[in-house]
Amino acid sequence: MILKLEDHFWVDNMDIINAIVLLLNYIFVPALSYGSQLALGAIFVSLIYGILRFAYFTAGDLMSFGTMFTILFTWYFQSLGISLGILPTALIAIPFGIVITIFYVLVKDKLVFSYYRFKKSPPVMLAMVSIGTMFVTQAIVRIVIGPFDRRFFDGEKFILKANEFKEMTGLNEGLTIKSTQVITLLVTIVVVSVLFWFLNKTKTGKSMRAYSDNEDLALLSGIDPKKVVMITWVIAAILATIGGTLYGLDKSFKPFTYFNNMLPIFAAAIVGGIGNPFGAFLGGYVIAFSEILITYAYKKFFIYLLPESIEPDSLLQLLSTDYKFAVSFSILVVVLLFRPSGIFKGKVL
Amino acid sequence: MRQNLDVIIAYIIMLGLITLVGIFQSWSIALSILCFCLISAVMTMGANIQWGYAGLINFGIMGYTALGGLAAVLVSVPPVKEAWQVGGLNMILSVLLIAFMVFSVRFIIKNYKKTKKRNYGIALVIIIGLILLRLISGPAIESIEAVNPATTGFLGGMGLPIMFSWIVGAFFAGGLAYIIGKIALGLRADYLAIATLLISEIVIAVIKHEDWLSRGVKNVIGLKRPVPYEIDLQAKEWFINLVAKFNQGTLSLVTDTLEKEQLLKQLVIEGSTVFVKLCFAGLFTIVVIILLIITQKALYSPWGRMMRAIRDNEEAANAMGKNVVKQHLLIFVLGSAIVGIAGAMMVTYDGLFTPGSYRPMRYTFLIWVMVIVGGSGNNFGAVLGGFAVWFLWIEAAPIALFLINFFTSGLDEANALRLHLIDSIPYFRFLMMGIGLLLIMRYRPKGILPEKIRHV
Repeated sequence: MILKLEDHFWVDNMDIINAIVLLLNYIFVPALSYGSQLALGAIFVSLIYGILRFAYFTAGDLMSFGTMFTILFTWYFQSLGISLGILPTALIAIPFGIVITIFYVLVKDKLVFSYYRFKKSPPVMLAMVSIGTMFVTQAIVRIVIGPFDRRFFDGEKFILKANEFKEMTGLNEGLTIKSTQVITLLVTIVVVSVLFWFLNKTKTGKSMRAYSDNEDLALLSGIDPKKVVMITWVIAAILATIGGTLYGLDKSFKPFTYFNNMLPIFAAAIVGGIGNPFGAFLGGYVIAFSEILITYAYKKFFIYLLPESIEPDSLLQLLSTDYKFAVSFSILVVVLLFRPSGIFKGKVL
Repeated sequence: MRQNLDVIIAYIIMLGLITLVGIFQSWSIALSILCFCLISAVMTMGANIQWGYAGLINFGIMGYTALGGLAAVLVSVPPVKEAWQVGGLNMILSVLLIAFMVFSVRFIIKNYKKTKKRNYGIALVIIIGLILLRLISGPAIESIEAVNPATTGFLGGMGLPIMFSWIVGAFFAGGLAYIIGKIALGLRADYLAIATLLISEIVIAVIKHEDWLSRGVKNVIGLKRPVPYEIDLQAKEWFINLVAKFNQGTLSLVTDTLEKEQLLKQLVIEGSTVFVKLCFAGLFTIVVIILLIITQKALYSPWGRMMRAIRDNEEAANAMGKNVVKQHLLIFVLGSAIVGIAGAMMVTYDGLFTPGSYRPMRYTFLIWVMVIVGGSGNNFGAVLGGFAVWFLWIEAAPIALFLINFFTSGLDEANALRLHLIDSIPYFRFLMMGIGLLLIMRYRPKGILPEKIRHV
């Protein structure tokens, strides 16, 4: 009798662990990596909004531009026989992609944006101009590499496979961790900490924050606006290339998807309080987690947790996965309605 | 007359270009370009009313276009009786439930003070409502979509002539704009742009995935036309006589009767497509002219002056006692309704509704390029922008091919770069649009035909 009771207890515990692993596998891990990719995009959109003061509609396409050059360099290195072993070759190609993207944004700024900045055009005008550059960037990407789906991942694909995990722990549910997910997370942590160190501790970073807070006061105290603008673009190019490449490694590279990613990126930037990079960083995770949490079917999860008699029949899905994008946009609309300055207001930049 | 000279010249050049396409490519291509130019012109007028008259940025044009298209389906397709039998009642109940939810939330907001309790109450109403909605509509949707899924699988429409949908589309789009306007119009200009862009994505997601309503990505094909079909025309006596009369010159050159008959048959087939497109172009021209008259009248009415005052200085207009919020909402609804008409016109012309094809690049940003290029605040400019940009959008490929051949003429026929460039010709249109937009914004920021303020 006692034995049986213990047995029963054990099963229940296993069920709880199974349920947690299930959520980890299908919600937490994917949302964390997707959120990091969005966060990198959202930070630079937010920075541009704070310092250059306009909505940068080229965001998604700038990411695809940087990624495209990373891919081209990856192919080149692969043809030379250079590789990183178990790591993807793209990691050594990223710096080269970044350099070209920096060059591109600086030329674009010189040719296009600086004129309107000089004329002090309203932000709406600059947003329109960024739509013009969006068309151009999109054309360049499609002309150079074509509109097709491309995978450029090489190296070891999985760090932890579902089967291995099952064998290791004896659970029913497997946990899969792709190496791209870990790379995404590590790279994001490094990049974001360096960025916030730069913004908060260095003189240039502080001058950028001052410029964003109050342009006239910053100019009066001798901050060079040209330098601030240039550094903003450089940061934007770096973040765009890294974020885009990570997304492409994790999923695949397709110019149209990148263009569409502009929408959740904007949602993340606004939810986090636009002009506030740290808010944007968190906003990326808010968007990613809510997209996946709301469209996940919880049937299996509750089967583990609930006793057999009240197990659910339906999928227990709040919304079908078709509405993935719609979820993040609805969150955005709700946030705009109730807290127009974003969830993480705090101080601007 | 003299002050409108630039307008007249611009329009003559535009029509001349289309005629050139007719002469050098084919009349069928020229006429379909013309039809789409007219549709784009209607969309551009809608956006121009919002941007040019009132300074509101609406990046949700795609959503209203799609709603207009949905209206065309819901009006013209005959109702699917079986689907109504299995799920109609439940769907009507669901609609009533949604209405009830909306009204009860409104009731709570109006009658109770702003407290935490009130917010919980609203949340409770919404959550219970959603669960009920799921329970009522879920099985109904399943059974509706199970009715003959290869051909119908949706509720169908009302089986009315498709022309009605142009008005219904306007109401649909206007209704959506009312809701969006209530939510988002208080936002700053660039926030409004992003919010409307995202909301239009939500609209597309709903149309794409609610199969019981619109068949979703399975598309609705074979919509009825307001103009005759080619096949019917080819059998009509009067039409054959007409074609024969038009082509007397070519026909008289052929002496052999059999050959003559063959040639005539060929000409009738060609003529029938041209005739159908001419009918469409005529219908669309009527719409464009009616809208132009209305918008011009509105622009120079006291109301138009008030709108410009609000656009140029919101605070001053407010201080003069003009209700800025109300006028913004009104113009947002009106402009969107016009876009809805264009959406319905487009589906009418295509004869099919493909929710998967609505993409922001084509239906939102391109329209904005049209507005900026044509001249914001000037209706004739907006129409011209629609014409010019659409013309370039279609003719970009031949132009790009010509340019590539010209610049790579020194290279070998099978040169890899040349072949690659020729492969990517379709994407040069993006490049041209972008560069065109940037040039116009830099050197002629008011557009080809700038706004004219008439001082009385």
